[in-house]
This record gives sequence, structure tokens and C-alpha cells, in this order.
Amino acid sequence: MNSALSVRSISKSFGGLRAVRECSLEIAEGAITGLIGPNGAGKTTLFNIICGLFRPDSGNVHLRGRDVTGQPAHRLFHRGVVRTFQIPHEFAGMTVLENLMLVPAGQSGENVFRAWFQRPRVRREEHAIVKRAHEVLDVLQLGQLSGELAGNLSGGQKKLLELGRAMMSDAKVVLLDEPAAGVNRTLMKTLNAAIRRLNTEHNYTFCIVEHDMNFVRRMCNPVVVMAEGATLAQGTMDEIMADQRVLDAYLGGRRA
Amino acid sequence: MTVATLKTVTPMVELAQLLIYGVVLGSIIALGAIGVSLTFGVLRFANFAHGDYMTVGAYLVLPFYAVLQLPMFAAVLIAIAGTALMAVTIDRLLFERLRQAGPLVLLISSFGVGLMLRSVVQMVWGPRTLVYESGIDLPLRLGALRIKPDHLTIIGGALLLVLTVHLLLTRTRIGKAMRAMSDSPELARVSGINTAQVILFTWVAGAALAATAGFFLALDTTLLPGMGWFFLLPVFAAAILGGIGRPYGAIIGGYVIGITAEFSTLFISAAYKPAVAFAIMVAILILRPTGILRGN
Repeated sequence: MNSALSVRSISKSFGGLRAVRECSLEIAEGAITGLIGPNGAGKTTLFNIICGLFRPDSGNVHLRGRDVTGQPAHRLFHRGVVRTFQIPHEFAGMTVLENLMLVPAGQSGENVFRAWFQRPRVRREEHAIVKRAHEVLDVLQLGQLSGELAGNLSGGQKKLLELGRAMMSDAKVVLLDEPAAGVNRTLMKTLNAAIRRLNTEHNYTFCIVEHDMNFVRRMCNPVVVMAEGATLAQGTMDEIMADQRVLDAYLGGRRA
Repeated sequence: MTVATLKTVTPMVELAQLLIYGVVLGSIIALGAIGVSLTFGVLRFANFAHGDYMTVGAYLVLPFYAVLQLPMFAAVLIAIAGTALMAVTIDRLLFERLRQAGPLVLLISSFGVGLMLRSVVQMVWGPRTLVYESGIDLPLRLGALRIKPDHLTIIGGALLLVLTVHLLLTRTRIGKAMRAMSDSPELARVSGINTAQVILFTWVAGAALAATAGFFLALDTTLLPGMGWFFLLPVFAAAILGGIGRPYGAIIGGYVIGITAEFSTLFISAAYKPAVAFAIMVAILILRPTGILRGN
């Protein structure tokens, strides 16, 4: 199987703490890979390295065969790596619609001079983006909130908005950090359906960190287990659950 | 106040006259405060050299206007470009390297930058008071009201700039990116926003507004190496009053402080205007600790 994203012997320390040690991981093209592991296993740190927020101390990240290690986050975004945050981040002072419209890359309006001197072209592009944003909001059932300030949304709605941001880009790889945490059941269904749809209809590759094992069982294959900064096991959910090393890592048993 | 010496002045006219002075002062404060608020919003950095950017902008008009005899408008545009270039250079040479070091280090170093700029201005142009043009500008009469042409320039110019800032922040990608970075820098980075470019643009916009504010201040009063430094107090008061990091709050804060400070001269000496500015700021912050528009 082709790797969309390949992490090779990544290490990262913060002071004396080795958050990620020699971690290697393949995220298969077109799959929904689950990334699980006890708290402090280094999952979020790994995400931060992959998406370019942190630079690894050693090791490489390859995106579709191309070395992208240490590239800044905004450039990786334009190469198709999108992530969401465990605690939802939003542009609180902007409307839901504006939050989404900010995402798409390489618009002419980004250049101040063009914004003023090539009005028609910028307007045409803006129009297409508004249309797309409304479509995304409809899929996420946030349509009636498009004019609301993002800061006023509920926690679950903010999670949907995070996913909406991924939907606005032509993402190749989407990293979701605990999308299910703090989301009620109704919103959860919308969220799951949106992830499925992006995966099957639009061919997005997902890597999802999640503690909700039902969610992982339902959505993810394969599942990768991380513990103490490195990958421990990989397989289907059933294989993983039968693995004694995984149980040990979670329950802290049988270690000297 | 010259009005007080006129025999025919009615209380209503005096109030209207003070309102005009207040709007003039408020316009200048607001232009300075928008810049402070933008840099704070985007960089989380309270730039204490901002007042001296105003001074530099005001003095840069001199060689092009008074010496080269260019039209006033052209001289101001050149001064704006020069101040923006200076602000970007200072950021590249100094502030950019110190951003990792934390807000306190940045704040103190911006004090140092301000001091250096003031000294350079004094070395080049001397410590004495200067003016763009000597002579008396006859005021326009509007019934019993008297309006100086310079005041019309200041009020009109400030309105134009405030409108430009508004359009910039709401209609252009770079403006929206600035607001986005001010809301959440981390999210901005993973949303494909080139933060280095946004920072550059923030300095250009802030410095351009500072230069114009400095020019207006010098037009209304005189040129002095310490002019911007002393003006920094009401500028910061306005930015904090409006909700720090919120450019629209800075505009409101600027006018509130300018107008109240002028009206206070009805009751106490004009020398206390800066104190009045702070009294207003403290009073409003007690009622509403995050400023008029919830700041960050």
C-alpha cells in the first residue's frame, strides 16, 4: 500500500523530557488510521511535528515520498496537510463563514495590490469560496450559524468547524486530534458522516488520535498504538485489543 | 483657549469649539492607538517605541516639505514610507530575534529603541521647537465657530485612514489574516497563513498610521524630539481603554479620551489633560476590565 505520510525515526525532547523517541509510522493513502495510546504517549507532539509546528530533533517526515521535515506549518498546509486541535481552536472574533473563508490557499486577494487593482478577478474567486463554504456548512449542519461569531459556538460545534476547515482545503492528509472528545451524540453522527464522506467520496486520508474506543473501532483501520514516545503495535482494532503489550501499556502492568 | 478671550462667545459655542478640539485630539490619539493595538494583537507586543515612530514620521516630512519644497501631501507620503521601512528594519534587526525571549524583554528593548530614535532625531534636527510653516493660518468662520484649516485636514485625514483600516481588515485577505493571527496565532499557522508576511504587513500599517499621527500632531502643535514620547501615554490609554488588540476599540478609545480631555479644560487647567486621559481609562477599566470592546 502507498504511504501518504511516512514518519521515520522521529525524536523530540523538551528539556529533559523525551516526548517522542525514534518513532516511525506509515499512514496509508486513502485509509482512516487510528492513533491511540495512553496519555503522554507523544501522540499530540507527533502531530505537531508532522504539521510543522515543531521541528524534530532527528528523523524525517515524508509526504507522498517527498521530504518535508521541518517545513513551516503554512507551507505544509499548502501541500495538503491539515490538522485540527484537541481543544478546538477558532478565530473567535470572526464569523463562522469568515473562519472557513480564510482557509483556501493562494487566492489573488491575498496580495494587497491585486486586492485593489484586480477587483473583478478577486471577486470571482471570493464568490466561489463563499459557495464552497456554504456547502461545507450545510454538510456539517452549521448552515444557520454562518453569521454567528465562532467564539459563541458550543464545544462540539467548534469541533465541526475544525473539520469544516479541513473540508475547505484540498487536503491530502487530515490529522484529527481527538475529534470526538466533548461532542454530544447528535453532533457525533454528523461528524462521523462527514469524515466518512470525505474519505470515500473525496479521497481524503485521515489520521485520528482518539480515546473513545468505540469511535476508533467504528471508524479506523488500521489502528496504531503509541506508548512512551514510540509506536508499539499496529493492526485492526481486534488484533490490537488482543495484544498483551498494548494492555500492559494502558494498564501499566508487567513492567519492572 | 482663544475662544475664552472673545466677548461674544456663548456657552453653546464654547462647547462646540471644545468638541472640535476634542475631535482633532481624538483623531491623532486614535491613529496612534490603532497601530499600538495592531502590533499588540498580532505580536502580543506592547511597543513603547511607537510614540517615537510618530516623532520620526513627523520629522521626516521636514526635509521634503520645508527643504525640497515638495507638496505637503507628497512629503507626508515619503515620510510614511520612510517610517514603515524603519519599523520593518527595527523588527528584523531586533524585535524578531527577541520574540522568543518573552514579552518583558521585548517591552524593555522597545523602551531602548524609543530612546535611541529620540536621540537620533535630536542629533539631526536639534532640541529646539520647529514648525513646518511659520505665519498665522486664518481660521475659517462658520457662524460664531472658528475652524482652523489644519484641523479640517486632521479630522478629514483621520476619517479617511480609519475607513482604510476598516476596509483593510474586513475586505482584504491580509487584513483578515491579521485578525486571524490576533485571535489564534497557532491556528493561523496551520491554516496556511504566512505569519512572517502578516507580521511585516502589521509593521508597515502600524508605522504608516504612526507617521501620519505624528505629522498631524506636529501640524496642530510643533515639532519636538520628545513629542511622540509624551503622546504615547494617551495613545496607550486609548488602546487599553478600547480593548487592547482591537483596532476598532482603539478608535473609540482615542475619541473618548480626546474629547473628554478637551472638555476637562472647562474645569481644570489644560496642563492636566494627560492625567484626565488616565483617569478616564482607569474609571472605565474598573467598570469593564477588558476595555470597551473585549480585548485580548
